[in-house]
Amino acid sequence: MKPIELNTVQEQLDQFLNKPVYIHVETTNGAYASHFGDEAFNVGAYVRNAQVKYSQAKIVGAKGDSFRVGLKLEYGWVYAEGLTDWELFEGDKLLMAGHDPAGRLLVALEISETPFGTNNRRD
Amino acid sequence: MSKERHVVIIYPHPDDESFGSAGTIIKMREEGTPVTYLCGTSGNMGRNMGFPPIANRESLAKIREAELDEACRILDCDLRMLGYLDKTMEFEDKMEVAKHLKGLIEEINPSLVITYHPLYGVHPDHNAIAAATIEALRMIDPDKRPKMWARPVERNYREILGEPDVTYDVRDNFERKMEAIAAHHSQADGILGDMLRKAKLDETVMEEAMEVLGVEDYYVWDFAD
Repeated sequence: MKPIELNTVQEQLDQFLNKPVYIHVETTNGAYASHFGDEAFNVGAYVRNAQVKYSQAKIVGAKGDSFRVGLKLEYGWVYAEGLTDWELFEGDKLLMAGHDPAGRLLVALEISETPFGTNNRRD
Repeated sequence: MSKERHVVIIYPHPDDESFGSAGTIIKMREEGTPVTYLCGTSGNMGRNMGFPPIANRESLAKIREAELDEACRILDCDLRMLGYLDKTMEFEDKMEVAKHLKGLIEEINPSLVITYHPLYGVHPDHNAIAAATIEALRMIDPDKRPKMWARPVERNYREILGEPDVTYDVRDNFERKMEAIAAHHSQADGILGDMLRKAKLDETVMEEAMEVLGVEDYYVWDFAD
């Protein structure tokens, strides 16, 4: 992935306007947060392949080269904060993610017209 | 310990075999015992993406599958991927997973099955795959049932469970264990940092790693039929 450039990602977000799209939204502090830190407890949530349609999308810059993205849906919103990097995956899937200084994923927002993969290798 | 006929290891993630049981696998293989790793998921929801990052959420599964292939080559063990999704194992139907595992265990016919401790595995996937493994073994006739060793991860497991029944001191094979761990670049590079990029491990780093990873403890599971 590469660092988010606001205008480029805004253009990418607009490509999906008013189309039925699949989203992956996620945040995590890792499965071992409370194992390694006495003060921490594990927090995480993800939604994979929920289908939505958004009529408006905006990316906004925040402190420290991170960004917020909001998608306006007919009946609600999709929101992600702390996004730092982006990539077009397999040519047409828009991936955005926030990483900590050690490269670990903290938050992700991904948009695609086709579903994201749910099949792992099975021998 | 008497020589095992075949050992099956059942953990949910690519790298669990190397961090948890690489030394055990190496020693089993030295005795000529075949070892098969049944890996529950492709680790697709891991948050480590490599350092510097080499993966994203969507590419991670394939990258980790390839890393696991390499680790199993280093450890000289067979690998079967079970195809579940990372972080979902506890939400699967336990008995469905157990039936899947039972079929594989009967096909491979091991004398010993190693998995996590179903209560003290820390990661929900660890506990879930261990609980399903216990159900799978319960379904097998006691005369034909392989032994099971459970591996705890909880920091104070010796206080909870007492002295382990089986301990593998793997410090004499430590370089090879670290080589297997290092094969999991996307996961290990952030944790182990620069030490993996050196040809030989630095002495102090090696000592620190040995303290955490130098001994592999197991508790013999009592099925108490």
